[in-house]
Amino acid sequence: MLKRKRNLLSIGILLLITIATITASLWSQTSPSFIDPTLRLLSPSSEHWFGTDHFGRDIFIRTIYAARVSLIVGAVVAVVATFLGTVTGLIAGYYKKADSIIMRIVDGMLAFPALILALALVAALGGSVANIIIALGFAFWPIMTRIVRAAVLQVKNVQYIEAAKTTGASDFVILTTYILPNILSPIIVQGTFTFARAILAEAALSFLGIGVNPTTPTWGNMLQEAQIYISMAPWFSIFPGLGIVLTVLALNMLGDGIRDAFDPHAKKQLKKRKKVSQQKYA
Amino acid sequence: MSQELLRIQDLEMHFPIKEGVLQKTTGYVKAVNGVSLSVNKGETLGIVGESGCGKSTLAKTILGLLKPTSGDIFYEGESILNYNAKQMHELRRNIQMVFQDPFSSLNPRMQVGDIIAAPLKVYKTTKNVKHRVQELMELVGLKPEYYHRLPHEFSGGQRQRIGIARAIALEPKLIVCDEPVSALDVSVQAQVINLLEDLQKELGLTYIFIAHDLSVIKHMADRVGVMYLGKVMELSNNESFYQNAQHPYTNALLSAIPLPDPVKEKERERIVLKGDLPSPANPPSGCVFHTRCPRAQDYCKKNVPLLETKEDGTAHTVACFFPIEHAEQIQK
Amino acid sequence: MLEVKNLKAYIDTPAGIVKAVDDVSFSLKAGETIGIVGESGSGKSVLALSLMQLNPSPPTFYPQGEILLEGKNLLHLKEKELRNLRGNDIAMIFQDPMSSLNPIFKIGTQLMEAIRTHQNINRAEAKKKAIELLKDVGISDPERRMNDYPHQLSGGMRQRVMIAIALAGKPKILIADEPTTALDVTIQAQILDLMKDIQKKYGTAIIIITHDLGVVAQLADKIVVMYSGRIVEEGKTEDIFYHTAMPYTWSLLRSMPRIDTSSRERLIPIQGQPPNLVSPPKGCNFNPRCPFATADCLKIDPSLTERGAGHYAACILSEKTFEEGKLQLENFETKGVPL
Repeated sequence: MLKRKRNLLSIGILLLITIATITASLWSQTSPSFIDPTLRLLSPSSEHWFGTDHFGRDIFIRTIYAARVSLIVGAVVAVVATFLGTVTGLIAGYYKKADSIIMRIVDGMLAFPALILALALVAALGGSVANIIIALGFAFWPIMTRIVRAAVLQVKNVQYIEAAKTTGASDFVILTTYILPNILSPIIVQGTFTFARAILAEAALSFLGIGVNPTTPTWGNMLQEAQIYISMAPWFSIFPGLGIVLTVLALNMLGDGIRDAFDPHAKKQLKKRKKVSQQKYA
Repeated sequence: MSQELLRIQDLEMHFPIKEGVLQKTTGYVKAVNGVSLSVNKGETLGIVGESGCGKSTLAKTILGLLKPTSGDIFYEGESILNYNAKQMHELRRNIQMVFQDPFSSLNPRMQVGDIIAAPLKVYKTTKNVKHRVQELMELVGLKPEYYHRLPHEFSGGQRQRIGIARAIALEPKLIVCDEPVSALDVSVQAQVINLLEDLQKELGLTYIFIAHDLSVIKHMADRVGVMYLGKVMELSNNESFYQNAQHPYTNALLSAIPLPDPVKEKERERIVLKGDLPSPANPPSGCVFHTRCPRAQDYCKKNVPLLETKEDGTAHTVACFFPIEHAEQIQK
Repeated sequence: MLEVKNLKAYIDTPAGIVKAVDDVSFSLKAGETIGIVGESGSGKSVLALSLMQLNPSPPTFYPQGEILLEGKNLLHLKEKELRNLRGNDIAMIFQDPMSSLNPIFKIGTQLMEAIRTHQNINRAEAKKKAIELLKDVGISDPERRMNDYPHQLSGGMRQRVMIAIALAGKPKILIADEPTTALDVTIQAQILDLMKDIQKKYGTAIIIITHDLGVVAQLADKIVVMYSGRIVEEGKTEDIFYHTAMPYTWSLLRSMPRIDTSSRERLIPIQGQPPNLVSPPKGCNFNPRCPFATADCLKIDPSLTERGAGHYAACILSEKTFEEGKLQLENFETKGVPL
């Protein structure tokens, strides 16, 4: 899958952002919350690559630091939602009786838009990174459940499952070694999409002012602060926005790439692929 | 006298048909509708029938994958239907299955070695699993070097060998083969059939061999049973079955098989059955075959012919009121 | 009427170029039945689809050859001309009649649609024709059946409907790709009978593609045996069965389970697996599995040579060596005489 340019590009973008945000304090002395009222709303320059905000803080540094929260929230939410969704989806898909109970709960939750659900939860729990993760994880798992369940239903009736049963394998073994590996690709793909959607959702919550504490730089918080300056200082909103767009785009491309690459047949063939032009034979 | 390994008695397997919003049961598909058969140790019982005759359902019931509606199955004289989970687990070691489709019966993400090792790991029969797997691979004619390959790297015939290795891994007594060669190319079919026969001799296996192809069964089976709409129509030893088929349905089946011999093919008389198989949800009254039978009379519409069970398992029995007599056979 | 000359049809796959049809020539006369026999991967289906120009292209391409239908080369026709030709001149039926019928339309609608694309007539006339066609293909109570959906019909009935649709344009050639493989034997017998009747009534030439030598023994005037993209033997049906000249055909006939042998007779398989089309063996494609292969067979790629009137085989062994080889092999198998 690394042979595709698109996949390489998206992995590159994600790696760059991750490394930049982790090592930010090493290569830059500027603190993201360093306030200098004399430098308010400066346009991008060699000194301040992305310009400065209404408190004179450096937007480049803030955008980089903001990625931390976004990536952590996105990754943890993706893991939590994937885990919950996979377990419930496996159970719902495999056991008929559990199916109706789990799926009714899921249907009920899907009746609300995920963001509204998260909004309500954050409003109730209070806005901290941990609470946002809980809220978003909770809001996103039902979609994963649906996808996993559908995949299980498809695989469940294939003959090798029946063959495994005749060899005396237990349900747990069948679920973990026969079904799960065969439905991994939709799970991983949906996981990357959840990652992307969680970043967007976190930004949206912060933008609405009920997200992460406003003093912590996040892309959503920055956008929220920037909105009143949008005509005066467009760079203030463009760069954090660009951060969101790039990360989400890269994640979505990666998800598509994984989907294409995840066929055991295709993988082998790609390795063997020889470029033989038709003209040679024509 | 040979010893009985498995006996099926008056087995019925009816699947409910559910309709409407409330999933109300509106009828039953009578997939297996009163089947009695027995298999002796070391023999091959061939079961033939067209699609929808219930032969695969019968196989699944024997393996305990389906719970029959009524009737009983005896393994070595013991009824297995009321076995608890532990007894069932023990039984599964002794009854294994080879599946029809060599492509969907192997987990595409597992290495060949692991596929064959799966039953060994469940039952922990041996410490040196890898050694045993390689032994099995050699036994079925696969190179042990292929241990780490994935199923899609093999051709249909080789995949069926993998399936056979998995089935014999636990040294079972009975193997149910559900159309094991019908998805394979002709040139490979013979390889797999011969392999199954060799294994039978070597390991003392008993087979229930299910197929739609009477010619394959002729080469394989000691005894042959013909099924139609969930019932056994005729049951006999191999020679008598092919030389002296008495049921009109068996005769039609035999004559419908095209011979790879143009002259014989043009000379012989063919019985082409009219119409299609009736729905197993709504089988005809009386003899289920009467709607397509060239010999049917009014009597057949009202009365159900029974397959007489005789003490001697090798006897030729037929469920028909007007079977084709031996004299007619010779005339033909 | 139809002449295929040195046709090559290659498929560009990620694993490499697959020579699905490799230098194949044969001809079909009006009203004749020709059987194309081969195992999976022999290229028989790709060949059939080439005749209709229905292979997806790319990845399929035709580096060489001609398909001449009454003098027109199909490889050079435009898509529009081809569409006009399909159904009117050549029609095709497939193995799986369920997936070849549109599940959401009544079979009457589909049949009338087919009739009206080929003939300029109004609905009422088309309906009359459709009912007639259904009667011709042996569907009882055709008026009522017109209103059935495909899923309401059995497999055999669906194949009958497919044949009716194929006949709608009164084609000169009917290509049947494994028409009975998915059907039960008793239904297969019905369909094969139907194809004979159709040929008598309509005078259609039939190309039947199958893996089953029994089916062609019944139906075909001429047989073409394919192995890994090549024709390895070709001739009148009797020649193929009684004067077999190519070890592959001979081994295939021997390996078939048949009901006219004695009970529990052991089968004689062909060793090995069907060839890999991406990297076929050197020399004769059949040499890794051939019981008579010599050192020359590993080097020489045999071409078809004449063995009798209209009987061709691709094998470098002389008739004498082949006969002796067969005898030796049979002696070895039955009496244990060493080779």
